[in-house]
Amino acid sequence: MLYLELFIQGLLQGSIYALIAVGLTLVYGLLRILHVAHAGLYTLGGYFGVLVFNSTGSLALGGVVAMLGVGVIGVIIYRLCYEPILNQPPYVPLIASIGLFIAMEELYRILFGSYGVTYTNPPLQKMMPLGGLYLRQGEWVTMLASIVLIGGLAWLSRRTRLGLAWRATVTDPQMAESFGIDPIRVRYLNFFIGSILAGAAGMIVGILNNLVEPTMGSVPSYKALAIIVLGGLGSVRGTLVAALALGVVESFGTIYLGAVLNRDAIAFVFLILVLMVRPQGMFRGV
Amino acid sequence: MGYEISLLTAMLISIIGSLSLNLITGFCGQVSLGHVAFVGIGAYTASLLTKATTPFFAALVAGMLLAGIFGVFVGLASLRVRHDFLAITTMGVNFVFLGVVRQQDWLGGELGVSSIPDPGLGKLGFLALVFGCVVLVVLLSMQIRRSWMGYVFEAISGDEDTARMLGLDVSRYKLIAFALGTSLAGLAGGLYAHHVRFIYPDSFAFVESITILAMVVVGGNGSIWGVMLASALLSLLPQWFQFIDDYKLLLYGGLLFAVMRFSPGGLAGFAQRWFPQSQKSFTLEVDK
Repeated sequence: MLYLELFIQGLLQGSIYALIAVGLTLVYGLLRILHVAHAGLYTLGGYFGVLVFNSTGSLALGGVVAMLGVGVIGVIIYRLCYEPILNQPPYVPLIASIGLFIAMEELYRILFGSYGVTYTNPPLQKMMPLGGLYLRQGEWVTMLASIVLIGGLAWLSRRTRLGLAWRATVTDPQMAESFGIDPIRVRYLNFFIGSILAGAAGMIVGILNNLVEPTMGSVPSYKALAIIVLGGLGSVRGTLVAALALGVVESFGTIYLGAVLNRDAIAFVFLILVLMVRPQGMFRGV
Repeated sequence: MGYEISLLTAMLISIIGSLSLNLITGFCGQVSLGHVAFVGIGAYTASLLTKATTPFFAALVAGMLLAGIFGVFVGLASLRVRHDFLAITTMGVNFVFLGVVRQQDWLGGELGVSSIPDPGLGKLGFLALVFGCVVLVVLLSMQIRRSWMGYVFEAISGDEDTARMLGLDVSRYKLIAFALGTSLAGLAGGLYAHHVRFIYPDSFAFVESITILAMVVVGGNGSIWGVMLASALLSLLPQWFQFIDDYKLLLYGGLLFAVMRFSPGGLAGFAQRWFPQSQKSFTLEVDK
């Protein structure tokens, strides 16, 4: 039973990682940018969620604002911050992104206070046993939301014309352009969708922890980078598997390796080991 | 006066740190996001040794050696993975270093190593020692740049595959770059530990790696004088900004972003644009 519970907790953590990392991998797949500031958007999603819920009492409205608001801001960040430096060597956007992330965290701290914001009337905290598993409502919602969101993404990219244009641009931007696809709009779409997922993840974590603080993005930001590298940089399917695997490895590792390594280090030991064996990540070319 | 001396010492130590990364990232083109781990290895080794009554200079050298040995191991990783993969792997090295140090009691755990013995040189003497080290590191950097090895580094940084095709032993030179850069980082670490005389895991957090990389990139990747200027500025800025303490990091992050966004070549690139005739003396490799 302990194993099953550890496994489920790992999957839960992994599905949150997945929501954050998919956005990163989309950005990387299209533009070859390591978008560290993505985690700043995740934090912003948490803030939007908690602030809207506290002032209106509607969780749904909070969710919509968190996702769409963060989506739009993601596009603005791309337009103002990344577009002008796309032709520079890769470390330039990387450093710019890290600078942006630090500045975003500080801005949240100054605007909303360093102790974070809590839900005045915490939603979804009741225990809800289902099929022998004792989880909180919020945790069920987490699972459901990640399945719906990532399923929606898969549907969008596989079954719609928009998705076709998107995949075409990722594969061969010039060829796609000559077939009448506007690559700039595809990039906007890319950032919009990736940021929506990050916003959703931020709100979910805010509810689960009942706390949204300025630095809640720090650890996920770097861990998500590890995940997309494990997944083979740019491969969405690889990213999903890597995120879930990392969640499970961490939840078991904390129990069995906790004396030697802390939780964050386990993720990176896993990363380094996998990369030394398979330098192209777990799933490149699958 | 004591305050100015210790500020100057800290600044010079950060110059050693950033010049050491400049060897790896600037000259040889291998982006490392975990450089402070090697500073940490040097700092822990040297301080634990002097606490066990080893002479200061021997401890300093031991710190350099150990950091260099670990550096070669990470260098081996650079033979396996490249570009963004390498950047993330080295970032991982930083987190693993922290994770290990935090959990080890004999390394002081979260509390770190305190009451590190005074090297017994006096404040001015220590400043002179650090200054001497900076001069040596600068001379070494200039020497490397002019040597055959410097040209190989430049070739690897420009296009690794072509360099290999020309018959250059890319793997060997990459390892040399890592060994040199990381052992100098170990030197910076040993000096740092005996300057502040108290170290703990957070002194070597990932943010510090970013700070060192920022000094290199803001200065102009590969440009010795640019990197020195940027290290001086970036290590002194937080002191000047004391009066707006609350906004310090906001300004720092914003500055980092702004330099990359508006002058990706860093200070050296900036100078190049304003004084195009002095191009050669400033930088070799700004674009690509």
